[in-house]
Amino acid sequence: MQIMEGGELPGLLVIDIGGIRGILLSHVAFLKKHFYLITMKELLENRKHLSKKVQAIYLWWHKPVIDQELLQSLPNLKVIANSGVGMDHLDLKLIASFGVKMANAPHAVSSSTADAGMALLLASARRLVEVHHIAISSSIDYCEADILGVKVAGATLGIIGMGRIGYKVALRSKAFEVNILYHNRTRRKAEEEQAVGATYCEKIDSLLQQADFVMVAVSLTPQTHNLIGKRELELMKPTATLINISRGPVVDQEALVTALQTGVIRAAALDVTYPEPLPRDHPLLKLKNVLITPHLGSRTDKATYMITEEAVENILAALNGRPMPSEVLPS
Amino acid sequence: MFMSKAFSLLKLIPLMSGQSNLAYRFIHQVIDSQGHRCHRSTIYKQRYRTCLCSSGRRTISAETKVMAKEELPGVLILDIGGTHGVLENLAVLLRKHFHLITMKEFLENKEEISKKIQSVFVFEYRPTIDRELLESLPNLKVIANSGVGVDHLDLKMISSFGVKVTNTPHAVADPTADMGMALMLASARRLVEGCQIAISPDTKHFAVDWLGVEVTRATLGIIGMGSIGYKVAQRARAFNMRILYHNRNRRRKEEEEAVGAHYCEKMEDLLQQSDFVMLVVNLTPETHKLIGKRELGLMKPSATLINISRGAVIDQDALVEALQNKVIRAAALDVTYPEPLPRDHPLLKLNNIIITPHIGTATIQAMHMMAEEAIANMLAVLNGQPIPSEVFPK
Repeated sequence: MQIMEGGELPGLLVIDIGGIRGILLSHVAFLKKHFYLITMKELLENRKHLSKKVQAIYLWWHKPVIDQELLQSLPNLKVIANSGVGMDHLDLKLIASFGVKMANAPHAVSSSTADAGMALLLASARRLVEVHHIAISSSIDYCEADILGVKVAGATLGIIGMGRIGYKVALRSKAFEVNILYHNRTRRKAEEEQAVGATYCEKIDSLLQQADFVMVAVSLTPQTHNLIGKRELELMKPTATLINISRGPVVDQEALVTALQTGVIRAAALDVTYPEPLPRDHPLLKLKNVLITPHLGSRTDKATYMITEEAVENILAALNGRPMPSEVLPS
Repeated sequence: MFMSKAFSLLKLIPLMSGQSNLAYRFIHQVIDSQGHRCHRSTIYKQRYRTCLCSSGRRTISAETKVMAKEELPGVLILDIGGTHGVLENLAVLLRKHFHLITMKEFLENKEEISKKIQSVFVFEYRPTIDRELLESLPNLKVIANSGVGVDHLDLKMISSFGVKVTNTPHAVADPTADMGMALMLASARRLVEGCQIAISPDTKHFAVDWLGVEVTRATLGIIGMGSIGYKVAQRARAFNMRILYHNRNRRRKEEEEAVGAHYCEKMEDLLQQSDFVMLVVNLTPETHKLIGKRELGLMKPSATLINISRGAVIDQDALVEALQNKVIRAAALDVTYPEPLPRDHPLLKLNNIIITPHIGTATIQAMHMMAEEAIANMLAVLNGQPIPSEVFPK
């Protein structure tokens, strides 16, 4: 614990406490053990006094926005911890130029995001949301043919991006007797491949052509922007399902709309879009064969608490000059 | 691996397209935890060979009965297509071996047709098998059910007519286990609600305090550890779930260890410890209203109940009350009583419930496999061969 003058805990800047965008009330007690919490509102109202107390920022769902102006106004800022694993919303170089360290929370999110990926895969395959509405609708006229889904056991799953999350997806889907292909920047070790029975596809095309389910679990970088576009969608089977648990811009949304409308692929399940939420008149919202969820990949009670714990660990390490468990450096 | 010995396997080997060439190998577990007497571990083989005779025309060898189309054994079905009829592509499969007769055709010409019917193919519980129907079918030998549950059939009554009953345990296991997992994940992560938020015209942002509950490392209590329950356990294990189970009979130690399942002799212990309770029993007088007010009261208030067995296993009135008063967190039901529920039923109005219209086996592939399994059973009965999955009255 870093003790400041007067025995004060280090100041931690957060967007808000509670409400529609603030850090969760259930996390406050834990945070207050280590930090003196300062909300953006408090900071703006009392800049002169509070700005030098801020030693760390805990980003909650990408907020507060980290820009040049904010960085310049916080002379004692040492570390920014992100509530999640993706860092594409941050200008890493800019932040580093102020001598500020950055951390994400890769461990906390991986299991719940993999679970969410499986939830989407199964829900899409079995048309769960669609048939739930049939089951509760005021009309009961439907026949068996209206509600048939596609099999999961015995199908082929192609995982694009076999990092922590992708690998956990592989571990889970193996138990469903799914045949696993994967494409990744780097090949996994042989034992890791064998443990999940995954076959490496050096070319993404090969994966796309064989998979019944394509799950995208990459991080968003300039290289993965629009990774799945018209060409990739057309390589997929017309019976295949695309599942995106990475970032909206990894998929070319316009191309996806066309592909879904014209039966180029069977269906899609998206936990992420660009933007979030989509404009209310976006064509994706009207399609029957797409499932959209509100970026719930890590939205569980346990995962969010673990995210905060991971962030605190990183912040305390940075403030005490110790190695940070999950420091993120600009590439 | 012991699993391939212990559990029934179904292998379809189509030898030739367009002809009735099906080879099956069934390896039965000695004790089926559903309590149905199965044949001891024996390998049954049925093979229809074809050979190219000198004229180049394919013929069926003497091993099989050669019949002209009209002489194919008659199978009664409710209908083809429509709301409750057999799916068109399944009718195609049936026609390879049988002369299909719809109820309408039968009723229009009872005298003539009744004696042609040697089998009934029951699809989605239809046609209803009652005494009147059985009395009107003098040559009926077998009722083949599509699906594994036969609680809708009066087994004693059917048996009294000397008619055999068969089901399709192999085809249902994987898709039903998949469905159980789908419901558990969808409920835990509030998928249906989430979709509504994602597309609602009122949505301006996603609230940060909207959360689901974690599945990884949570405790799953499986009530009913037969073929389907065991497959659920295999899947849940991969999510690092802690698995408890309750069953009439305890599984072998190796089977328990393979999925990390702990036996709860008392169902109460399972209910009290589980974050997710999944019902995978068959419906019998003993399991009727197995989960009632008392059982729901024993569950954690944060727990989720998932039912992929039969609607009547749960006391539905008690469930409505439990969900309304947050005695449990949520429920996800693939089965209800009746199906479908009356449109004004309170279950339909709750926001902490997911209901699906009995789609446990509603995949194109599963439908196909169930029809093939039923066909194999019917042919076995009609040809006096060992029957892969006969169901006996208790």
